[in-house]
Amino acid sequence: MHNILAITRKELHHYFSSPIAYALATMFLFINGFVFLMVVYFQQQADMSVVTMNMGVIFLFLCPLISMRLFSEERRTGTMELLMTAPVTETQAVLGKFLGAVGMLAAMLALTFHLPLFLILFGKPDIGPLWSSYLGLLLLGSGYLALGLLASSLAKNQVVAAVTGFGMILFLWLLSASGDIFSPPVTDILKYLSFFEHFGDFTKGVLDTRHLIFYLSFIGYVLYLSVLSIRNRKWR
Amino acid sequence: MIEVKNLVRSYGLQPAVRDISFSVQEGEILGFLGPNAAGKSTTMKILAGFLPANSGSATVAGFDVSTQSIEVRKRLGYLPENAPLYPDMTVSDYLKFHARIKGIPSRQITQKVQAALEKCFIVEVKNKLIGKLSKGYRQRVGLAQALIHDPQVLILDEPTVGLDPVAIKETRDLIKSLGGKHTVILSTHILPEVSMTCGRVVIIHKGKVVAEDTPENLTTKLQGVRSIYLEVKNEAPNLLAELSAIQGVNRVSITQAQSYLVETRQDLDLRDELARWVVNKGYGLIELRTEKVSLEDVFVQLTTQESEEELTHA
Ligand SMILES: Nc1ncnc2c1ncn2[C@@H]1O[C@H](COP(=O)(O)OP(=O)(O)OP(=O)(O)O)[C@@H](O)[C@H]1O
Ligand SMILES: [Mg+2]
Repeated sequence: MHNILAITRKELHHYFSSPIAYALATMFLFINGFVFLMVVYFQQQADMSVVTMNMGVIFLFLCPLISMRLFSEERRTGTMELLMTAPVTETQAVLGKFLGAVGMLAAMLALTFHLPLFLILFGKPDIGPLWSSYLGLLLLGSGYLALGLLASSLAKNQVVAAVTGFGMILFLWLLSASGDIFSPPVTDILKYLSFFEHFGDFTKGVLDTRHLIFYLSFIGYVLYLSVLSIRNRKWR
Repeated sequence: MIEVKNLVRSYGLQPAVRDISFSVQEGEILGFLGPNAAGKSTTMKILAGFLPANSGSATVAGFDVSTQSIEVRKRLGYLPENAPLYPDMTVSDYLKFHARIKGIPSRQITQKVQAALEKCFIVEVKNKLIGKLSKGYRQRVGLAQALIHDPQVLILDEPTVGLDPVAIKETRDLIKSLGGKHTVILSTHILPEVSMTCGRVVIIHKGKVVAEDTPENLTTKLQGVRSIYLEVKNEAPNLLAELSAIQGVNRVSITQAQSYLVETRQDLDLRDELARWVVNKGYGLIELRTEKVSLEDVFVQLTTQESEEELTHA
């Protein structure tokens, strides 16, 4: 645990001293503010669900850009050699880095808290969906970040890591759309695997443990694959 | 403390380490020499637990580097070639991070970081970003990182590369002072450095050990004979013949007027007898010393010899 948190802290340090992170945060806030304005001001709805859905879409490319540097950068600069010759296990390295990326995403999400606050002050929104939306976003984003981390453990080049991560995430996202082509049993399986399918309920204020379990087990599995990937890379 | 047996490692089809065995006793400083691409860094990476070997075994402090890697790494300080660091961190933040992942308890971290900063002479740059340091200072930060947890074993891949002469001397003194308490393997291309700091030397070439001994023994052994330089004050026309007649002397040659080079078997020390002879005869002894072959000569001979051998085999 000690090692994991030390690595998480280091990753957050990298994020907060990187211009890429600030550029991403700025873009994220700008687009969200714009969508919020369209929905709330022009359509007069005290409702965050459209904004939340929109954030979920932005995550598609935001998350791989956050996670791309995690392992790729360390391998490119050779610092991986020092990290992996310290008494740190592969699992601790993966978890520490993952939590660092989640921390970064959570910080970006926290910067959008003024939007629901605005609604509470000037309108009468349902409080429940506001909370569950943010929980849903964090889970969805964490799932994407886990995939991005896996991609980063495979590629030495950050851009390749980002593109690979984006490809994997997009594929998962598209599963729900392609589901309708097939007949019921296949459709159900594909819909279950689809990331966005599980996200909808959160925006409506429904907290279903099935969705929670889906995201958590998905993240666990992908992180496990990343551990294997790091471990095997040393065997080359 | 370190036990390496028949280590083999290749990168794809390219062999880097063919068959390396050696051992290092506790408290010893071992110099690791070899020409470029000999496989020094590869061997060190295997010992540090970063690369697995294809075959053979290595233990550090009694733990196997492949199966008990974490135990090995707890006891190990490692400075890789080129000292890779995080450029966006300050020196002290960086050392704190390494102190944490090396398992130093929180309340000791400040003190250990300070000690490492002082040992490596980087106190004055502790709040600077690593990316803005000069190469020599980065190298020192790398060394500080390796020393921070007072490891039993230190593996240093070219620790004095890029340092200025004063810093080289300071670093050498530092490494020397580590001997006795710590076990050190260091690789270098600066041969005098080895004679100055290391108790023993392993020379590898093309992935194999070609020599292993103390720097002194290596130089005399290679020579095969012991040469004694002798200079007298007075003219001594008969001295050449007289010296040749002394029991145990193989050959005598004149290097300059009244200067002689006396060659004997290497296990024979005739200095005492020669001195007595010259003094008794009243030739006036000015100088008498063993002529040294430099480690450089040994190195060149050992690492070029084999290529010649290979040529004749082919
Ligand atoms: N990552 C790698 N991939 C492929 N081949 C490699 C790799 N690292 C080293 N080699 C090869 O292994 C051999 C030994 O390299 P190594 O770095 O161990 O040499 P060295 O003794 O440290 O040399 P130097 O004195 O130049 O540092 C070389 O032929 C090198 O080309
Ligand atoms: Mg090397």
